[in-house]
Amino acid sequence: MSILVSPKTKVLIQGITGSFGARHTQLSLAYGTQVVAGVTPGKGGQFFETKVPIFDTVLEAAKETGATASAIFVPPPFAADAILEAVDAGLELVVCITEGIPVNDMVKVKRAMEGKKTRLIGPNCPGIVTPGEGKDSHGGCRIGIAPGYIHKRGNVGVVSRSGTLTYEAVWQLTSRGVGQSTCVGIGGDPVNGSSHLDMIKMFNDDPETRGIIMIGEIGGSAEEEAAAWIKQHCKKPVAGFIAGATAPPGRRMGHAGAIISGGKGTAAAKIAALREAGIGVAATPSVMAETLLKMMRS
Amino acid sequence: MNLHEFQAKQLLAQYGAAVPTGEVASTPEGAKQAAEKLFAAGARRVVVKAQTHAGGRGKGTFKSGFQGGVKLCETPVQVHDTARAMLGQVLVTKQTGPEGRRISKVLVETASTIKRELYLAVLLDRAVSRPLIMASPAGGMDIEEVAAKTPEKIFKEVIDPAVGIMPFQGRKIAAALGLRGDLMSQAVKLFHGVFKTWWECDASLVEINPLAVVEAAGGKEALVAVDGKISIDDNGLYRHKNIQEMRDLGEEAPLEIEASKFNLNYIKLDGNIACLVNGAGLAMATMDIIQHYGGSPANFLDVGGGASKEQVAAAFKIILSDPNVHAILVNIFGGIMQCDIIAAGIVEAVKETHLKLPLVVRLEGNNVELGKRILRESGLAVISGDSMADAAEKVVQAAGKTPKG
Repeated sequence: MSILVSPKTKVLIQGITGSFGARHTQLSLAYGTQVVAGVTPGKGGQFFETKVPIFDTVLEAAKETGATASAIFVPPPFAADAILEAVDAGLELVVCITEGIPVNDMVKVKRAMEGKKTRLIGPNCPGIVTPGEGKDSHGGCRIGIAPGYIHKRGNVGVVSRSGTLTYEAVWQLTSRGVGQSTCVGIGGDPVNGSSHLDMIKMFNDDPETRGIIMIGEIGGSAEEEAAAWIKQHCKKPVAGFIAGATAPPGRRMGHAGAIISGGKGTAAAKIAALREAGIGVAATPSVMAETLLKMMRS
Repeated sequence: MNLHEFQAKQLLAQYGAAVPTGEVASTPEGAKQAAEKLFAAGARRVVVKAQTHAGGRGKGTFKSGFQGGVKLCETPVQVHDTARAMLGQVLVTKQTGPEGRRISKVLVETASTIKRELYLAVLLDRAVSRPLIMASPAGGMDIEEVAAKTPEKIFKEVIDPAVGIMPFQGRKIAAALGLRGDLMSQAVKLFHGVFKTWWECDASLVEINPLAVVEAAGGKEALVAVDGKISIDDNGLYRHKNIQEMRDLGEEAPLEIEASKFNLNYIKLDGNIACLVNGAGLAMATMDIIQHYGGSPANFLDVGGGASKEQVAAAFKIILSDPNVHAILVNIFGGIMQCDIIAAGIVEAVKETHLKLPLVVRLEGNNVELGKRILRESGLAVISGDSMADAAEKVVQAAGKTPKG
């Protein structure tokens, strides 16, 4: 088991013919992911790299190929439309990689998705990896832009708002011979589809996941909400790290959502909430894996 | 992106929110003419307000010695002289830092007699992913302090983005603020205008502090946005040509403007260890680990997921333009990026900039051995860090050794 996706998940790519989408589709195919369709309006009937059929609409692509998950690589002005098209087609999972979507577009998307069965991950995220059994975790499901080879099949779940910080944690685990069940980047925007807590609940229910690394950063209160739930309900050890202890208030630190505003969302407050919930807080990003492994051993 | 008060009020007025009559001026003569019009229209007093994004203007001091960036005047000549004392001068407030901001525009407005000061803001409620109207009867004060000390004085109303602000919600907020009678309908109209400004301009914040009940003709009362602050969501700027034109580079740090030309995300800080990192989360974490080992970061710099050689070179030039920098830490997790390509970019940038400062490089990921070899064989004095912790310790030590000044 794993969460969200398994090596059997059939994936379609929205924006498969753009340079960014094409490059990462190639990488996912090389990783062994079941990329079964692409969508680029106006290019229906063509093929990506002679093997992946391209469709004009998500609905057609899903019907013809049985794809249940989508990765979105379209530019920001078209991303809200792309997400809602995938929701309308009834996909189970939509992963939006696009960075730079206006916040108001995401406010509308979230509202329109209320009551729908589709789960959205992102936007502005590295995506999801469920590592495979092969060499360098080949044969897994890679949706998005994460480097596949750093992963290893195993039992630690990783959830993070940041891309490279996720890779850092994953690599620390893999280098110590510890594999991952699923790694999820939920994205750095202030309005996103899924929260830390959504992922923690799924990891908690996943029999394969035995420990969790939760990486957060300044801004908002998603980490605090997850911590409160973990304290009450989580059966598995959780290690955490919060980035941005040195960030000045009122400035956006790269991610649109990484901002301390009105004295809220500081690293100190989040770290205190994590500690209070019994989460092992890594003092530096260098010891994220070590912190969890110590907890799992004891 | 932040807007000036006069720009914020232009937008607010356009969307139907009541603001004082006034005009912006960039010369003393222009300010005087604007004042003459206001006095002719019946104003008894006129206020001259220095335009800067920084708060605390009223209590600020100009480097010339002139006190206050917001002044009440009773004649056009007085307006002229006040504008002359402000324009071209540097205003220092508690938010500008000691270097202050040069004032190039003043807003000249009818000054009303204020009877009550209130607070109003529209922002995103991240917890529910919906717009939020926040109001308080405690206006004209630091709202963070009000929220901390007297949370019962903060009133919140979440807006459903599918329907926008409804009149009943306006009446609820008005009632909470004690705006009854004639003022209630004025309030509903003003709240609608302020919300529309937030929604249609892709604002991340619209703040009216104070929103004021003022004396109006015939012994009546009116509700007016006496001050206005707007921040725009940078991601939404592409669809607002008019707002893009409002950008004032004079309000931004020169190095940050330079960085934005190369699509680099750079924020200057006060420390002496520069860092260059790929990815926002890792960049923040790198600053944190520098501090953990006793150092002080000089900047936040995210070169992004697919940085080119040109971007790395530009990034080096930008961090080296900060005279406080005593050592540099490069921290790259080359997931998709190849470490050898990054290493080549670093070597080129170091040579091009004739770097004399200690440089610690931590590379991890794709082709890392090849990348490290390129650095070793470059003949440059690059210190290699094996992990983030190792690299941070080494750079903190190196920065300590570099003679100051």
